[in-house]
Amino acid sequence: MFFHWLEKNPFFFASGISIVIAFAGLIEIVPNFAKAARPVVDLKPRTVLELAGKNVYIKDNCMSCHSQLIRPFKSETDRYGDYSLSGEYAFDRPFLWGSKRTGPDLHRVGNYRTTDWHENHMLNPAEIVPGSIMPAYKHQFTNLADIETAYAEAVTVKNAFHTPYGPEFKGTRAAWEAHKPKVLADAKAIADDMKNKDVKEAVARGEVPEIVALIAYLNSLK
Amino acid sequence: MQSNAALEYDYSLAKKFTFLTILFGFLGMLIGTIIAAQMAFPELNYLLGEYGTFSRLRPLHTNTVVFGFTVSAIFATWFYIGQRVLKVSMAESKFLMVVGNIQFWLYFVGALIATVSLLLGISSGKEYAQYEWWVDLVVVVIWVLWGVGIMGLIGIRREKALYISVWYFLACFLGIAMLYLFNNMSIPTYFATEGLGAITHSVSMYSGTNDALVQWWYGHNAVAFGFTVPIVGMIYYFLPKESGQAIYSYKLSLLSFWGLMFVYLWAGSHHLLWSTVPDWMQTMGSAFSVVLILPSWGSAINMLLTMKGEWNQLTENPLIKFMVLASTFYMLSTIEGPIQAIKSVNAIAHFTDWIPGHVHDGVLGWVTFMIMASLFHMAPRMFKREIYSRKLMETQFWLQTTAVVLYFTSMWIAGITQGMMWRAVDEYGNLMYSFIDTVNVLHPYYTIRALAGVMYLIGFIMFAYNMYKTMTSAKEITEEPQFRTPMA
Repeated sequence: MFFHWLEKNPFFFASGISIVIAFAGLIEIVPNFAKAARPVVDLKPRTVLELAGKNVYIKDNCMSCHSQLIRPFKSETDRYGDYSLSGEYAFDRPFLWGSKRTGPDLHRVGNYRTTDWHENHMLNPAEIVPGSIMPAYKHQFTNLADIETAYAEAVTVKNAFHTPYGPEFKGTRAAWEAHKPKVLADAKAIADDMKNKDVKEAVARGEVPEIVALIAYLNSLK
Repeated sequence: MQSNAALEYDYSLAKKFTFLTILFGFLGMLIGTIIAAQMAFPELNYLLGEYGTFSRLRPLHTNTVVFGFTVSAIFATWFYIGQRVLKVSMAESKFLMVVGNIQFWLYFVGALIATVSLLLGISSGKEYAQYEWWVDLVVVVIWVLWGVGIMGLIGIRREKALYISVWYFLACFLGIAMLYLFNNMSIPTYFATEGLGAITHSVSMYSGTNDALVQWWYGHNAVAFGFTVPIVGMIYYFLPKESGQAIYSYKLSLLSFWGLMFVYLWAGSHHLLWSTVPDWMQTMGSAFSVVLILPSWGSAINMLLTMKGEWNQLTENPLIKFMVLASTFYMLSTIEGPIQAIKSVNAIAHFTDWIPGHVHDGVLGWVTFMIMASLFHMAPRMFKREIYSRKLMETQFWLQTTAVVLYFTSMWIAGITQGMMWRAVDEYGNLMYSFIDTVNVLHPYYTIRALAGVMYLIGFIMFAYNMYKTMTSAKEITEEPQFRTPMA
């Protein structure tokens, strides 16, 4: 019998396993690659500050409890807004859909929450939403966001995947120094809407606390 | 070339990985219990500042259980089973011993580095694949070393035909290698620029919907090739050994093995039902998930039928109890999964606590029970002492069984309640509940789950203590037991 022969020939046995398990991936994953990556009309890549905020979101693992995927059900579109489209995620590396909603969906949170709301909420969630089981993220008010890494990420995706960042995005230190004032200006615009004095002072000094970047990112989710 | 002389197997690596299995099992379950308690009592989040929040600890829990506990157990059992079914001692090859020892130390140091990196929040953002590119490289080296160990041992084997367990360990090695490599493809941003930013950071090769597809093709099948395949490999060896019964059907094992290999990989997209993944893929994921019942139940039924006519052993030998319960939970878990993969059920179940409920009846009831049973079976044969206490083992069994039942029932109720409340509308078609209402109503279930966690953890500590006493002070045995594991 064929299988008895296989059991005595480990090389062919291992090859057999590899071929059988690779099959599904080839059929299910490969065909989608060309199609699904097309961005929706007017989709803009995230600014460096927003990217830094996305990295804060990942660092504090917000996707453990929050999804960014509105399913095509009336209950979801009533609660969160229009259902999600594939093309909206075209520049998201990694995707951040999440797999569990311990808290609500955030895909369009920028439409209905403000900078001010987020600021208070991150300091003390239970005060803003009584009964909330979300931890406070006070450390985001003192930790600094890594905007240089976010810039390096923007340049990397521009060069490797043609993500449409402008011609000024180059992987050199000089280009980064030239771009930095833009990031600080974006940060100042967010900090202006905040109350926290320490955060405002840090931004005035040319630093970007994590909370500022995170709010910039959350506001961009629309 | 069959040799009749009794072989002296070298268990040094199996022992080392057994210690790690117990260590990481304890840590993983401890962190799991803490985060379960945090969901019921959020005040517990603030005990360690930034490093003690639910969000930081949750990936630490999953990674410690998956890559710490389960992978250690896979290695431990491989270094035990491999030699025995291939009829060759590790000690016969200096090369394989050196490779195995490098694998062990690299794995131990790598696990510590990985733990610290997750606590610091250095993460690539993908569930169960959070390690950044530099940790991934270490993981790949460890895995390749293990592969060399497997192939090497197969290369110098005396037993010509590969026993069923070897098929499964081989599939575990190949499957995880393929999945891990493709899902973790990323570009380090530091090297793609003039050295800007953090050297630790990278960006995924895939974006959006594609990234999701690759991630869940990985995520679901990491379960397949980490939590199913090697554990089935263990039970195919340890159940016949412990019960003294031959496997019920060779044909059935053949069918379920190749069936599992072929069908499992298709099912990953059932994690993406109602998402932006093309409809035909969602349908495939659904359909293949249902088909997956056949090979899964094939193995489980083969195990249960192996006990045919010997059910009295269930009352006489607690280790048989562990293995039979494990098979039963495997059946429960592999019928529950397909049910959740039906699109209409998934519409309610997805994003809710029913999903962690499902994962845990699999991991606590099937994987951990089978791993503990395997180590209990191995211990007297490796340490030449009988199991320290049968009574402790019995107590542990009932405590943990109760814990698993409490865990999954509370999470079933919590999940379905949550799913129904999210979609509930009043007579005018308006949503009836705000999101926070659905959080508040879950408090009792979260409390029950945390309690179940504490119970299971206590059971695991009993297991660890029993193993420790077995290694150090139980009664010595001179001859290796033929089948039933001796215990006091």
